[in-house]
Amino acid sequence: MSRPAATVARFALVEALRSGLPWLAAAALLATVGLAVFLAQVAIIEARAVQASVAATLLRACAVFLVAAHVATSVAREASDRVLELALALPVPRSAYFLGKLGGFAAIGVLMALLYALPLLLWASPLEVAAWGVSLAAECALVAALALFFASAIAQGVAAIACTAALYLLARAIGAIQAIASGPAAPEAAAGHAARWAVDAVALLLPRLDAVTRSDWLLYGTPGGAEFARALGGLAIYFVLLAAAGLFDFSRRNL
Amino acid sequence: MPGWVAALLAAALAAQVAWRVATRESGPRAEDLPPAPSDRALRLASLGEPAALARLTMLWLQAFDSRGDNAIPYRRLDYGRLVAWLRAILDTDPRSQYPLFAAARIYADNPDPAKMRRMLEFIETEFRAAPNRRWQALAQAALLAKHRLKDLPLALRYATELERRTTDPTIPFWARQMRLFILEDMDELQAARIMLGGLLATGRIKDPEERRFLEGRLKALEERMKREGKR
Repeated sequence: MSRPAATVARFALVEALRSGLPWLAAAALLATVGLAVFLAQVAIIEARAVQASVAATLLRACAVFLVAAHVATSVAREASDRVLELALALPVPRSAYFLGKLGGFAAIGVLMALLYALPLLLWASPLEVAAWGVSLAAECALVAALALFFASAIAQGVAAIACTAALYLLARAIGAIQAIASGPAAPEAAAGHAARWAVDAVALLLPRLDAVTRSDWLLYGTPGGAEFARALGGLAIYFVLLAAAGLFDFSRRNL
Repeated sequence: MPGWVAALLAAALAAQVAWRVATRESGPRAEDLPPAPSDRALRLASLGEPAALARLTMLWLQAFDSRGDNAIPYRRLDYGRLVAWLRAILDTDPRSQYPLFAAARIYADNPDPAKMRRMLEFIETEFRAAPNRRWQALAQAALLAKHRLKDLPLALRYATELERRTTDPTIPFWARQMRLFILEDMDELQAARIMLGGLLATGRIKDPEERRFLEGRLKALEERMKREGKR
């Protein structure tokens, strides 16, 4: 990363640390651990499994939402306060500015993942938690890139959060949608084939978010090395795709 | 700050509390289970987290009859729907022991023989899908069939299934030889002691909640036998 990009990344990180984000992250963490402790009182068996799976699922959702909301509101605020124009008036290439922002936001996601992986050590082995945490870090970085892409293209916080959430949820559900579309209950007529083809085509454009950061890694053991590398490799490719798309849009815009 | 703003805030808060008190449910409702969703619907709703959703749904199901606002105990629930829920949860996370544990230890313990048979059938069917992982539920089903239903052929069928279909060498000897203590003239407490004692002694029960639950069941059985003078 070039020196201007590193500076922009550092400021993005400092902005997040000085905002309410760390407090929100800590509050979500405490609420989740509290809920997990409560659920253990209700469960008659598999209490640790209940705690680990529910806490991991909630922490994953909190991390992703907080990162997406922070990135979208930060970019929208910069646009409305004319900070972006001011920054681009400096001798900083657009690519360095965009990549710096992306690096800073991704670093926030990684920090959030590290923080959220720690309490899971109460209920799962260090190796399982490490695999889950690394995967969440990659997922949060991807979500940061997704939110940055939408926020810089739309420049409206709420719309950017909604678009990020929609694409994220679709990516998490697309595996199940494909299974339903190609299952035995699916119609065999031409319309059924067309629907299957359309679902498969949409799936090609989405990351496999249902294959990463799975809470069952904490219950039944980590996936094999090859499977884990394949899952994270898919995220890395999509991260590069989003960075390239965002950079393309940011470079062509008339600011 | 103008005084009327503070007064408005206080009045609104009081109105909110009064509204909730006035609209509180007066007594428990008698509500049966809703129809179960398909396992595909549950998988779609899980957004790639089937293990967590299966357990949360299981906790909801377990609490359905025991929560404060429902007057229907589990024994009176629609067992067709109950079995469908358990099956959907098990299909969502087939490695979870929770649905079959609840089926064998809670829902099968029903004075209505038809409902008990329904639950035992479910346990047998699901056992066949993964015998080495689900043998404990079938062992309990065999005991219930013998002592509660007094249906020796059914109990023998379960014991035979357990013996024939399990291949895991770590399954305790007594479990694979259940036919013997189905055929022996021992009472329910004695059989439960052998089974639960065996389970606890082999160290297979690692979950403290499960251990506490099983020990509680054994104690309750002892007390019931004492009351009925069967010792």
